[in-house]
Amino acid sequence: MIDANLMIENFPSFLGGGSGQAVLSTSDGLILTLELLFYSLLGGLALSIPLGLMRVSRNRLVSGAVWLYTYVFRGTPMLVQLFIIYYGLSQFEAVRESWAWTYLQEAYFCALLAFTLNTAAYTTEIIAGQIRNTHWGEIEAAKAMGMSKWLMMRRIVIPAALRRALPAYSNEVVMMLQGTSIAGLVTLADVTGVARRIYSDTYMPFEPFLMAGLIYLAFTFLFVWLFKLAEKRWLAYLAPRKH
Amino acid sequence: MKQPLLTLGALLCALTAASHAETLRFATDASYPPFSQQGPDGKMAGFDPDIARALCTAMKVTCEVVPQDFDGIIPALNAKKFDVIIASMNITDERKKAVNFSDKYYNMPSRLVAKNGAAVNDAWFKGKKIGVLRSSIQEKYARDHWVKLGAKLVPYGKAPESFLDLKAGRLDASFVDAAVGDTDFLKTPNGKGFAFAGPAYNEAKYFGEGAGIAVRKADAALLERLNKALKQIRADGSYDKIQKKYFSFDIYGN
Repeated sequence: MIDANLMIENFPSFLGGGSGQAVLSTSDGLILTLELLFYSLLGGLALSIPLGLMRVSRNRLVSGAVWLYTYVFRGTPMLVQLFIIYYGLSQFEAVRESWAWTYLQEAYFCALLAFTLNTAAYTTEIIAGQIRNTHWGEIEAAKAMGMSKWLMMRRIVIPAALRRALPAYSNEVVMMLQGTSIAGLVTLADVTGVARRIYSDTYMPFEPFLMAGLIYLAFTFLFVWLFKLAEKRWLAYLAPRKH
Repeated sequence: MKQPLLTLGALLCALTAASHAETLRFATDASYPPFSQQGPDGKMAGFDPDIARALCTAMKVTCEVVPQDFDGIIPALNAKKFDVIIASMNITDERKKAVNFSDKYYNMPSRLVAKNGAAVNDAWFKGKKIGVLRSSIQEKYARDHWVKLGAKLVPYGKAPESFLDLKAGRLDASFVDAAVGDTDFLKTPNGKGFAFAGPAYNEAKYFGEGAGIAVRKADAALLERLNKALKQIRADGSYDKIQKKYFSFDIYGN
């Protein structure tokens, strides 16, 4: 049977508390998960706009390089990428003696790097796809207005592509939320990491993982709802007419 | 009608056992190197069988060491398939309900593994990152003693992962069972430049009472003889000789 008391007792652990410590006294659990998610999405989005533009470039070399990057990062599991960055790179003396080691020795940074590169690859493809989808009429109109190529990109193509990317991007955000659960495998105490800690303390597998599942579920619900609001606001012009 | 028959059977068994008291049958785990394993000649070899034979010499009885899978070793003892269990069995309250334990015959300490020359004292712990196995007794000890000295604990799922990070320099030390640290890290090429640091930890409150020799509840006299023999081999140096054969550090504890 499910031990509801165990779930209630251990809930503060997911909020950085537990074992006599006040809630939020550490960033264990939910805070760490949201931090990793937020920063990696921010970094990924920032990278993916220029990369998306490069991906649709007419220059084969430029678009080919970005294609290779997205192919590799979309073609391998994020867990493998994280292990290569965390355990793999640390095997090389040269890496350990370089300036990068200051960052790479931190599990937090390694996780952030893997997540950012991964989400940047997917988001690049989403944005590149929407740039290609730009209606030829809009381009023609921009050209008729005498806009330069970059002005047209900045004012017309990119804003419209980002709007149309919203539904696909909301998927990516939800996938990344679930994806951060592998951070626990490199010593970090995110939501899943905390659940694993409670599990090995109590030998009760069901309750802590159920608790973790409920937390992910609640945040998925929140994100989907926020994106619905955003789509209503920025994609209203694409919605079917109601009158 | 069953009761008298059983009593008679028990009496017979006791009588036969008594008449063969010169031979003691010791059971060890069939495969738990370096504590026990089948030698090339088919006989049991390792730390546990060697201690059993030394005990027999001290008690002046003949020894027979038999292999037995660890699960089911206590029921087999109570079914009189052998008389003594010497199988690296940790003394626990749960097991004490089923068998009687001798004094510990070893208590594997937990040790810090760190770079050669690390001078571990209370001040050393400040700001140090120490790898532990998640929810291990070592983690509990470290949490209660070292966190307040300023150490940061890093939890791992497996010991080899913490050794990788120790070698890579993400950790200042790894706190593990000494046998694990010795065989899985220090004796491997990866462990070059590393060594045990600081004292051996085996406070009973955290690390248990150690491994004991188990006999049936009824065999109080045998238990007493075993304890006496154990003291004797500790005193006359035969214990140390056996220990040195298998370990580069003291596993008896304080």
